[in-house]
Amino acid sequence: MEQRHEVSHSELFWGFCRIALSGFGGVMSWARRAMVEERGWLSSEEFTSLFGLCQFMPGPNIVNMSVCVGSRFQGASGAVVSLLGLLSAPCLLIIALGALYGRFGALPAVQAMLRGVASVAAGLILAMGLRMAADLFKRPLMLIFSAAILGEVVFLHWPLLAVMFGLAPVSMWVAARRYCKAP
Amino acid sequence: MNVLADIVLQFGMLSLVAFGGAGAVLPEMHRLAVETRHWMDDATFAHLVAISQATPGPNAIIATLIGWHVAGWSGALAATAALCGPSSLLIFFFMGLWEKIRGTRWRLVIQAGIAPLAIGLVLASGCIITRGADGGWGAYALTAATVLVALNSRLNPLWLIGAGALLGLAGIA
Repeated sequence: MEQRHEVSHSELFWGFCRIALSGFGGVMSWARRAMVEERGWLSSEEFTSLFGLCQFMPGPNIVNMSVCVGSRFQGASGAVVSLLGLLSAPCLLIIALGALYGRFGALPAVQAMLRGVASVAAGLILAMGLRMAADLFKRPLMLIFSAAILGEVVFLHWPLLAVMFGLAPVSMWVAARRYCKAP
Repeated sequence: MNVLADIVLQFGMLSLVAFGGAGAVLPEMHRLAVETRHWMDDATFAHLVAISQATPGPNAIIATLIGWHVAGWSGALAATAALCGPSSLLIFFFMGLWEKIRGTRWRLVIQAGIAPLAIGLVLASGCIITRGADGGWGAYALTAATVLVALNSRLNPLWLIGAGALLGLAGIA
């Protein structure tokens, strides 16, 4: 039987605090490095399996991850502590930046800088989407649903809830018929 | 309606449909903040996203910043808790069940059906931020260059963000 070492509440808090502060534009790759390679909290397979769950379930992926890992070692209180460790420092930081923006955001130099950063931010998000889409090429028909939801949201401005509940059943039905045949 | 209650209700609902993470609900946050509630204009929204990308931490902190912008400290707290709370509770109770349906057809079908929608939404976020940044051809070129670099290297995004700030200052984007 596998020997699982204990991870305490304070280790969870500071561990997720470090993970949160070490990554920009999403921190999942850092999370893997910290939890699997540096601290040995999870094996690589455990991480991959949990990551699949966290990606699939709604909610910010790394937030889901902190809840799963925290509850695994210390139950509900561990989940809360991990979540707080993950969120508190970045939240304070972004509020500080938000306050600066409120104060100086109207300056032309700040506006120009933020325009540049926004263009890069858009590129980073698009790149993430494209990397995710690469997995979809084994099921090319499903790309229709990506295109459909993109069009409805970007050009038609339809509300997400309606779009999601309209498309998800159809998308799952097609997936079931085409790609996940009953055995 | 009280603005805090409105934030809690709307972000709480987003939490439960945020398949693909916070990036996937950015378009809906944009619709909410810019189009239906008029909390801010298009450019301000793009700026807030830019700031959130330049801050270390989970993407979810964009909610914190929107909440702060709309209603100060209480807004920041309400938006963060509402975006993270419901989904956290859900996964806390769902963890065990997920292990139980491992390898079943059901799980494959759900995964295969949801993934393309999540991907479409992340791409939609990118389009909406590009539109909000609205800096003409220089900005589009910068976005395209970022996509190419991000896809073909493992460069820390911080360098790209820094380069974006400098190019913006230089008046290129």
